[in-house]
Amino acid sequence: MSTQVEPEPGSAGSTGPDAAPVPGAAPEPKPAGGPPSAGPGIGRMGALGMPVEAARDIRSSTRRLLQRLRGDRVGLLAVVLLALASVSMTVLGPWLLGRATDVVFRGLREGGASGIDFAALRRVLLAVLALYLAASTLQYLQSYLLAGIVQRTMYRLRADVEAKLNRLPLRYVDRQPRGDLLSRVSNDIDNISQSLQQTLSQLLTSLLSLIGTIVMMVVISPLLAMVAIISIPISLWMMRTVTRRSKVRFIQQWGHTGRLNSLVEESFTGHAIVKAFGRQREVEERFRRTNEELYRASFGAQLISGIIQPLMMLLGNLNFVVIAVVGGIRVAAGSLSLGDVQAFIQYSRQFSQPLTHVASMANVLQSGIASAERVFELLDAEEQSPEADPVTAPAPRGRVEFDHVSFSYDASRPLIDDLSLVAEPGQTVAIVGPTGAGKTTLVNLLMRFYELDGGRITLDGRDIAELPRAELRSQMGMVLQDTWLFGGTIGENIAYGNPGATDEQVREAATATFVDRFVHSLPAGYDTPIDDEDGVVSAGEKQLLTIARAFLANPSILILDEATSSVDTRTEVLIQRAMAALRSSRTSFVIAHRLSTIRDADVILVMDAGRIVEQGHHEDLLAAGGAYATLYNAQFAAAAAEVA
Amino acid sequence: MLIRLLRQHLGRYRRLLVVLLALQLVQSVASLYLPTLNADIIDRGVVTGETSTIWRLGGVMLLVTLVQVGFSIGAVYVGSRAAMGFGRDVRSALFHRVTAFSAREVALFGAPSLITRITNDVQQVQLLVAMTCTMAIAAPITVVGGVVMALRQDAGLSWLLAVSLPVLAGSLGLVVSRMLPKFRLMQERIDNINRVLREQITGMRVVRAFVREPQEVARFDAVNQDLTRTSLSAGRLMAFMFPIVLLVINASSVAVIWFGAGRISRGEMTVGSLVAFLSYFTLILIAVMMGTFVAIMAPRAAVCAERIQQVLDTPTSVLVPHEPVAALRERGSVELRDVGFGYPGAESPVLAGITLRSLPGQTTAIIGSTGSGKTTLVNLVARLVDATTGAVLVGGVDVRELDPEVLWQRIGLVPQKPYLFSGTVATNLRYGKPDATDEELWAALEVAQARDFVAAMPGGLDAEVAQGGSNVSGGQRQRLAIARALVRRPEVYLFDDSFSALDLATDARLRAALAPHTRDATVLVVAQRVSTIAGADQILVLEDGVPVGLGSHEDLLVTCPTYVEIVDSQASTREAA
Ligand SMILES: Nc1ncnc2c1ncn2[C@@H]1O[C@H](COP(=O)(O)OP(=O)(O)OP(=O)(O)O)[C@@H](O)[C@H]1O
Ligand SMILES: Nc1ncnc2c1ncn2[C@@H]1O[C@H](COP(=O)(O)OP(=O)(O)OP(=O)(O)O)[C@@H](O)[C@H]1O
Ligand SMILES: [Mg+2]
Ligand SMILES: [Mg+2]
Repeated sequence: MSTQVEPEPGSAGSTGPDAAPVPGAAPEPKPAGGPPSAGPGIGRMGALGMPVEAARDIRSSTRRLLQRLRGDRVGLLAVVLLALASVSMTVLGPWLLGRATDVVFRGLREGGASGIDFAALRRVLLAVLALYLAASTLQYLQSYLLAGIVQRTMYRLRADVEAKLNRLPLRYVDRQPRGDLLSRVSNDIDNISQSLQQTLSQLLTSLLSLIGTIVMMVVISPLLAMVAIISIPISLWMMRTVTRRSKVRFIQQWGHTGRLNSLVEESFTGHAIVKAFGRQREVEERFRRTNEELYRASFGAQLISGIIQPLMMLLGNLNFVVIAVVGGIRVAAGSLSLGDVQAFIQYSRQFSQPLTHVASMANVLQSGIASAERVFELLDAEEQSPEADPVTAPAPRGRVEFDHVSFSYDASRPLIDDLSLVAEPGQTVAIVGPTGAGKTTLVNLLMRFYELDGGRITLDGRDIAELPRAELRSQMGMVLQDTWLFGGTIGENIAYGNPGATDEQVREAATATFVDRFVHSLPAGYDTPIDDEDGVVSAGEKQLLTIARAFLANPSILILDEATSSVDTRTEVLIQRAMAALRSSRTSFVIAHRLSTIRDADVILVMDAGRIVEQGHHEDLLAAGGAYATLYNAQFAAAAAEVA
Repeated sequence: MLIRLLRQHLGRYRRLLVVLLALQLVQSVASLYLPTLNADIIDRGVVTGETSTIWRLGGVMLLVTLVQVGFSIGAVYVGSRAAMGFGRDVRSALFHRVTAFSAREVALFGAPSLITRITNDVQQVQLLVAMTCTMAIAAPITVVGGVVMALRQDAGLSWLLAVSLPVLAGSLGLVVSRMLPKFRLMQERIDNINRVLREQITGMRVVRAFVREPQEVARFDAVNQDLTRTSLSAGRLMAFMFPIVLLVINASSVAVIWFGAGRISRGEMTVGSLVAFLSYFTLILIAVMMGTFVAIMAPRAAVCAERIQQVLDTPTSVLVPHEPVAALRERGSVELRDVGFGYPGAESPVLAGITLRSLPGQTTAIIGSTGSGKTTLVNLVARLVDATTGAVLVGGVDVRELDPEVLWQRIGLVPQKPYLFSGTVATNLRYGKPDATDEELWAALEVAQARDFVAAMPGGLDAEVAQGGSNVSGGQRQRLAIARALVRRPEVYLFDDSFSALDLATDARLRAALAPHTRDATVLVVAQRVSTIAGADQILVLEDGVPVGLGSHEDLLVTCPTYVEIVDSQASTREAA
């Protein structure tokens, strides 16, 4: 049969949802709600404001999604070819069947009941059967391949999100509701995959059979074909009107899903508090509200996209009547055989069917694109500054210098301003000060979790901003104020900073940090599975585990931020000894409220409100009678009180 | 499971569903009438070339179409209402169930899985219901109607239906049954994606600090690959569905013509009815194809329904009594009678033989080494877990007989890991008392030694708090959590190691301010610093879950060697000074 110019997959999309924008009308994309014009660069903190900016890029989201599919160029080409082949066959089918009907007719006309040429009929029908069988096989192959393409694309999409996550600044992640991020990966990507899987194959087949059918119709009767073709622009217009409305709803639907997810995630994370504060009712009320919004958006999306099918049906039937009329006139005039009209009518139905299909598929696709939009939004978030080139580092000595450092989490609230300090190799630097003074912040800066606003931090004379982050961090071992365990065994958690550690080494570190004592009593020992929240270990035990972790990492710089705050004091005293040994040969930063733990530090820095107000040795500082002395005496007074 | 879930939660929409059925009935009948009209137009109009007949019949046909379209849209409206309403209700039910869970059940499923179930799983079932309501519900009607109409056209060919329908159903059934296990795996794997990702977000600082990104990427990659593999094999099975349906439909129409030709040659059938028969036949099979659409969704939805039902069917281990005691017998006293607690499956109990009584105005301190069961004890009083032996009484009533709402209203808990919710300082402080005035909030902040820093935050009480309180320092978070409990003005205070992140000066000031505030409340305080608890009325010393001392600081210094050891471990500072 005739081969005509085939549309390439890229243009398949353009017939779909966002068919050529009506020029002239309305100046280009208008953001739905009209966000307070964010201006160039980072739109107000990037995060938090997320849903407002939606709708803007849906056209490019479609394109980007299709582009991602194109990663599998060969597969995609095969799919198109297979679709082409199978569609040609299904299109040929009715035509052949029309020949079969003609055989019946002719037989009837020529020889009455017994005049039918059954041998010819059988030949034709067997050919049709073979054709259909081949078409189905090809279609299966096509779907099979497509499933692979779609799933591999989704795999890459998820992997990209994961990679992205590692490049996002903490500043961004801290502000993003966790549940919403999760929803983008689990719900949205799942939705993209579902809608692509459902629609792509059918969209392709339907489009191709639409074209094939048109060709066949033109072959049979150009006049009748004209009648049929007129309905295409009408249906495109209907499609556009409907999809434009459903699109908005779908964007809302997935946005609300994300919001619901974060609400759920947060309530489950704080489950115990919700209960103990008797807040179930209020939390449920909040849930109910978001749930209601989600309901409304999903209902709207479902309704609007459901309407398209009946509408197209109406159009199809209208078309049919007109064709029947025109066809009837032609038959009466003798310019068309009955079999041809028969076939043509069959085609005209086969014509409106894929049209209806394309319309409803385009709608389902909208849902997927709304989701893609949310995923791309995440992928487009501003990243931390690019990594510096690796340099061949000389053996680390561990000299750390803060040189006129200034920093704030929030530009309107300066926190650290012009702070300088030096830690010589092997020194233990203790940082004390009231809560909120900025102690943890110093650690955050040293680890390059945040970038400086001014000044620089150097490690062995090199600016840490010029070191690759991994290289910088691999020299540090730290115990954070907020403990964290990952889902794995106790042994794996201890070995977290040193994946190559032997069981022996793990046990050694555990013994030194008194982890062994309680792990011992667990039936599965080091193989006991734990994770951050199910509380198999107590808070203090958890802290001990993180200490063991830093111990085993064997870093050249050690950072301990309130490492033993939840550990009982008897154990703490013992641990101090172990840690003193660990600290002896490396530069260490120790933050502690229990001043007993830092008395013998080489330098004690007293911080207040982001500044270093005093520094020196324990004795000097006491003698100076300043802030440190006050802090220390408070402790002394407390200690004295208890014995009194 | 699916059926049960549907019955339970679609029941509310019974009336809508009846309307839906009526709409779909009319819609299907109209669509069934169309082929007859088609045949008429061909037989009486096109064949004879009578244009006026075509116009007349065409008009009727358009009218019927209009009716069909109108009713279809109505059905879509009603169906979407019911389906989305169903989804909403199931989500609500799930959320309600989980909030009633105790920590043990939450841990049993794992928060990530519970989250998936509430959003993703419900979404799948909802999709199925929506598809059924808007498309598939018409299918059986169309099939029955189509069969009737086809029989009317020519009963002699109808045996073909009896062959192709079962063939179709059988082959679809085969594919579907193979898909079920795939989808079960698939949902679990989405759970896993959620779990790993959530962990990585929570632990991002540690991951980065230890330069574990490559390993974490690998860990994610493993679950990602698992999910991809499962989705792929499910997708490939799905790929069977439409080709099979198409093949059966097409092969059947070939058969119709072959056998139809035979009947025509014997004069048992006209060409017009052959065409009509073919139309009905196609209509029936297309209806079946619509059903296939649903059949594709069904296995996944069935699995999801199962997972949803699993949560709904799990009873909470902290049971609400049938006839709960609604009032305390006495004001906020706390009493533990020979209490023991053990985790299921654990060898030795976490707590054993704890007996304790604390009255309003009294402070009971609990001290003991790491892992000795202090938090567990606090959780018992707050009834976050239930004692395995003995009884916990609050206000003279066994907590298990008490209405949990009443209990929780009387309790102000400051957990060891202070968790703040995203929102503002004020929303967090009002957590336990939604109607607290700003003055009350400031007063609580004052006591908690948090006034200054909150005042300095941009917006003061309206300053933003990120999820988990990640944008305030550790000590600030702890003090906000203390203030949150203070705002409630409860009868029983539970402080679980709540001063650990405070410097000693702040700690001392806080305790001084706290004393008048808690004058007529029962205070249970877990602490590691002797200085924090030396003034308590009684101190319980725990060692491996067993009480080894109970009395005042002075008594214990004499009677309890463990306590003396603890004091000594802290006294070294003083001596050295
Ligand atoms: N992620 C953040 N975003 C915004 N502000 C923050 C963030 N982290 C800390 N801050 C603020 O910066 C200040 C210093 O916090 P930091 O955590 O460094 O205190 P700290 O000295 O470690 O206190 P603590 O002893 O309580 O741990 C505090 O006022 C805190 O509210
Ligand atoms: N879900 C659980 N399953 C099994 N064992 C558990 C579980 N939760 C806690 N445990 C064990 O119970 C013991 C007591 O834990 P608990 O949290 O009450 O200790 P704690 O006295 O509060 O310790 P810390 O001072 O470290 O906070 C610990 O040894 C812990 O390992
Ligand atoms: Mg800190
Ligand atoms: Mg505890």
